[in-house]
Amino acid sequence: MKETMFLGIDVGSVSTNLVLIDQAGNLIDKTYLRTKGQPIATVQTGLAQLNEKWHNTVEIAGAGTTGSARHLVSILVGADIVKNEITAHAIAASELVPGVQTVLEIGGQDSKLIILRDGIVTDFAMNTVCAAGTGSFLDQQAGRLGLPIEEFGNLALKAQNPVRIAGRCTVFAESDMIHKQQMGHGLEEIIAGLCQALVRNFLSNLGKGKEILGPIVFQGGVAANAGIRDAFTKALGTEVIVPEHYDVMGAIGMAVLAREEWLKGKNTSFKGFDCAHYAFRQSGFECQDCPNSCEVIQIKQDQAIIARWGDRCGKWSNLKAVGTGA
Amino acid sequence: MKVTFPHMGNLSLTAETLLRGIGLEVVVPPPCTKKTLSLGVQHSPEFACLPLKINLGNYLEAYEQGADTALMVGGIGPCRIGYYGAIQQEILRDLGIKMNLIVLEPPDAHPRELWDKIKHLKQVSWRQVVAAIKLTWHKTRSMDLLEEKALILRAKEAKKGSIDSLLSQARTRLQSTDSIPRIKEITRDYLALMDDVALSEEFRPVKIVLVGEIYTVLEPFVNLNLEKHLNSLGVEVLRPLFLSSWINEHLLGGLLNIEGTKRAPGLAKPYLNSFVGGHGRETIGSAVQYAQKGVDGVIQIAPLTCMPEIVAHSVLPSVTEEYGIPALTLYVDEQTGEAGLLTRLEAFVDMIRYRQRRSS
Repeated sequence: MKETMFLGIDVGSVSTNLVLIDQAGNLIDKTYLRTKGQPIATVQTGLAQLNEKWHNTVEIAGAGTTGSARHLVSILVGADIVKNEITAHAIAASELVPGVQTVLEIGGQDSKLIILRDGIVTDFAMNTVCAAGTGSFLDQQAGRLGLPIEEFGNLALKAQNPVRIAGRCTVFAESDMIHKQQMGHGLEEIIAGLCQALVRNFLSNLGKGKEILGPIVFQGGVAANAGIRDAFTKALGTEVIVPEHYDVMGAIGMAVLAREEWLKGKNTSFKGFDCAHYAFRQSGFECQDCPNSCEVIQIKQDQAIIARWGDRCGKWSNLKAVGTGA
Repeated sequence: MKVTFPHMGNLSLTAETLLRGIGLEVVVPPPCTKKTLSLGVQHSPEFACLPLKINLGNYLEAYEQGADTALMVGGIGPCRIGYYGAIQQEILRDLGIKMNLIVLEPPDAHPRELWDKIKHLKQVSWRQVVAAIKLTWHKTRSMDLLEEKALILRAKEAKKGSIDSLLSQARTRLQSTDSIPRIKEITRDYLALMDDVALSEEFRPVKIVLVGEIYTVLEPFVNLNLEKHLNSLGVEVLRPLFLSSWINEHLLGGLLNIEGTKRAPGLAKPYLNSFVGGHGRETIGSAVQYAQKGVDGVIQIAPLTCMPEIVAHSVLPSVTEEYGIPALTLYVDEQTGEAGLLTRLEAFVDMIRYRQRRSS
């Protein structure tokens, strides 16, 4: 008898995460892969890894997808539920930290502030036109200073007197950092200053007019950074909880939601771990039927078109998907 | 003389009817596309907001099709639009483009101003002018009534695209008629046809009011089809700003019985008791007005760096807190990727549904 489990997939700009949870909601396995601009191949790699370990003992009874490639991936794997990252992160946080009232989430390209009351999202903010202070910028700065990203945050903790760095815009932050370096400030001081600047930017940009109450959970890839954690604790004047699986919270949220679907009695449409080996091809064309010139994307599994989207009028996406597996 | 104008939602239907009606030759700019955006961005100052850039793109594309005169509205107060006509004229001159920009300046934006600026019009009879204005008004109002209904019904249509195809048929018919009785007939017929569209059953729609800066509210190319996305998430969109309500309030002195944003300045008073330029005060007032009507949420949209809307953005939480509804502010700029917008809209609607479930 195989054990019933639920699969959650979060395909973001920087990382692709897959998790398995059991019926009681315990995390059984997780994979954390770099997306490297290839969502389809990365998800297939993740599925293949899980397949190797679990195909004999586990039965997937539900699957959910989130992240910027959620729709794409939901079609590939046959997801039962597709949700945006904000909902997914909030669900995971309230599952793992009951009573949570604030979620700070910083990922590769996005940062989010989610306010919950009594287990329900009541307000949120997400960075709009600027990616200042997200993981990609920290990666880039670590690279520029020749430091592994894993050590970057720990260095900040050694600082005695963090210098002030402009955090409003990453371009200005970088030039400010360089100027301070050239004046002779120490590396630790500068990195600590950068962490404080990013937190300041996060709170003034997203926290505008929002009531940040504890328990506060900090999650997303950047939560690994001890310097940023420390800066949040100091700026908020209260403890900030980093959950054990902070880096795969979006995927956990989706697995939890997939379990809810199953509890409602829904039969899963998950295609099985075998879809790790299907040949998927994506192609696009510009529809010339009207001046909107929509960029239509189509996904083929073997020779059959399984989905189309990107059109405003619905002409292409309404077409009945041809062939198998749709 | 061949006259053109910038796009802003259904403005082309209005402007084309009026200008042709008074005997001018009209060049309707090609619909806003990525090419319009690229042209506009290439020749505009980087710090200007998106409307200036897209307007300029419209002029340049219309120029390629033979336009030699462009109409633009001016403005007073802290919104930068008052300055844009002058900048656009300078840019066109620098590019060596022989195009004359006629700027209609409130507070004296009045049909008569057109007269002083366009010599040709001195030969046009008042009768013809009055007829053109009447025809224009009816077309504009009809289009808005149809769109207002579509914003509600599209949320519930059983087959995606049914409402849109009716709307575009109606628009084509309105465009090609010059008879007011016929306009009324088209309006009546299509409103009825929309009512007959099959709707999904067992559906509890979410109601959201859309407020913000007029250009980004009305032009689907810059707001990335915000309203359609909301509709497809099952949201009924309520919108106080329509071209006809703007005309009623700004050119007709609020004479006609159209709700629009007439009451907005009064309702905004406890929160924002000052004209902050653009539609900042209307944003707040309309949020209050629709919160009182029981909407589930407020979405504010504006071009990035829009000063009046930034002021409204910071005042908005005091309104939404008082009425216990959430608000989402969206700033738009050059991006044409819709995925980020969709994520935010989906999350916002999800949040509203969870709140509804809890309270029921």
